[in-house]
Amino acid sequence: MNLTIARLTTSALLGRRRALLLVILPATLLGLAILVRVVAGPDAPVGQPLLHLLAIGTMVPLLGLIAGAGVIGSEIDEGSIIYLLAKPVPRSVIVVTKLAVAVVCLLTFAALPTFVAGVIMSGRAGDVAIGFGLGAALAGVGYAAVFLLLAVVTRHAVVFGLAYALIWESFVGGFVPRAQMLSIQQWALAVVDKVVRQDEIEAVMGVFPALLLLVVVTVVATCAAGLRLRSLSLTESP
Amino acid sequence: MSTTPRGAMEPTGPAPVSPPPAAPPPGGTVTRGVVRLDRVSRWYGNVVAVNDVTMTLGPGVTGLLGPNGAGKSTLIHLMAGFLAPSAGTVTLDGVPVWHNHLAYRRIGLVPESDGTYDGLTGWQFVLANAKLHRLPDPEGAARKAIDTVDMAHAQHRRIGTYSKGMKQRIKMATALVHEPAVLLLDEPFNGMDPRQRLHLADLLRAMGAQGRTVVFSSHILEEVEQIATQIEVVVAGRHAASGDFRAIRRLMVDRPHRYVIRSSDDRKLAAWLITDGSSTGVEVDQQEGCLRVQAVDVPRFTWLLPQVARDAGVRLYDVTPADESLESVFSYLVARPGPAREVAT
Repeated sequence: MNLTIARLTTSALLGRRRALLLVILPATLLGLAILVRVVAGPDAPVGQPLLHLLAIGTMVPLLGLIAGAGVIGSEIDEGSIIYLLAKPVPRSVIVVTKLAVAVVCLLTFAALPTFVAGVIMSGRAGDVAIGFGLGAALAGVGYAAVFLLLAVVTRHAVVFGLAYALIWESFVGGFVPRAQMLSIQQWALAVVDKVVRQDEIEAVMGVFPALLLLVVVTVVATCAAGLRLRSLSLTESP
Repeated sequence: MSTTPRGAMEPTGPAPVSPPPAAPPPGGTVTRGVVRLDRVSRWYGNVVAVNDVTMTLGPGVTGLLGPNGAGKSTLIHLMAGFLAPSAGTVTLDGVPVWHNHLAYRRIGLVPESDGTYDGLTGWQFVLANAKLHRLPDPEGAARKAIDTVDMAHAQHRRIGTYSKGMKQRIKMATALVHEPAVLLLDEPFNGMDPRQRLHLADLLRAMGAQGRTVVFSSHILEEVEQIATQIEVVVAGRHAASGDFRAIRRLMVDRPHRYVIRSSDDRKLAAWLITDGSSTGVEVDQQEGCLRVQAVDVPRFTWLLPQVARDAGVRLYDVTPADESLESVFSYLVARPGPAREVAT
């Protein structure tokens, strides 16, 4: 970890217009949670589907893409990454620091609002809020690592990231059950399924393989991003 | 024109190093750095950006001169460790710079790109760079670097509000903040107004005089010759010539020049010109109604032409150089026989 890189990254990430999405999506979730609570009362049947589809199914991958790819992709595109690379700092430290910034960002703007929305709708700080909050946090870590790697590997990280989140996880996963095994969303739902006692979630795998896959993917993606950054050429053509 | 085969083209041969600075700064602690490219090539697919270049760059100011697309930026990136050579080696004091992040303790880089952290102030940006170098007194180093580039008055403004020249200077401050032995600048004068150019030129000369190895790229001969003590000419990825600015200037002036002449009697003028050795080719173009002359001894030709015209009773209407563009100069250099040449001074 390098605090200077963390500050520079945070400044670059939050200083852009797209950072508004980091606020708009969780604000929408919290607004809907309040609406559900006011209209339907505590423990309404719509509560868990809302947390499943809107929070873990939509908000977390989108914010994961904004934060994960945003912590490094824009700097590579604009060339400002050169000020970090031209320093006696190992490239792995740069990647780990940027991943940490993305994860903190996702804990703040995705996991915490999911937890609060759960508290609002379930009526108590019970296992629904904790389960979905924890699921959002773990999914955030996975998305951040994968999308950060995408941003280092390709300048079209947003396109590939959206394709993964929208086509693979939502569309392909719906028709090909085995595809769900390679879905960060499903790994998170496995944790939700384990934590929430009276849940409406049916996870496609157990919590332990899900956590194992999450750890492996996060570690491998981070190492691969570090290796790629080590050989990053900022002039791809003469 | 006198040229000699460049010894540095041989892998083990000596290579010209720019002359040492006049004197180190009083009490200065500048460490020296020598960048060496040994038979370096870099290609992208089928496109060769840098072709078998060998050069050694030592203390003083060296200008990398060449037309756009000649491979200057690729060379700077190779020296800075941001590109892997496809063949050959790039070293700083004998240690490869590729995959060596510790080399940046001794290298300062001013990239051509204007991408910075526009949301930060100049002070915050330079201070962050000082901290990334883990300097013992980052605030003091940042203050010194900002003073050096004369940006103290605007240091608390956001970089996004800076002009091109101010941005260039704050980029320079980030490269100087750790007082590197080697300073690499990619087209540093682009977009600068004349006053800013003068200031940067003074700064680079001072850095060179302190004993730093300063290397900058440019496609403007006048720019390079005003600042650099050593010039390396790069054309189409090849190392075309090497020498001090006087020798390079002479080389460019002494090349064959083509002129298009319109006069009251082209045939008569041609007959007079052809008897003198300053021209190797004289052609009467009847279709265009002009005379085409290739002069090998330009000073003598320009002195002779009006006299010949007067003696022959021919009136000159128009004398136009046909190939004065920089590209034609570079084309001439690269078309000469043999690989890169060291220009004898």
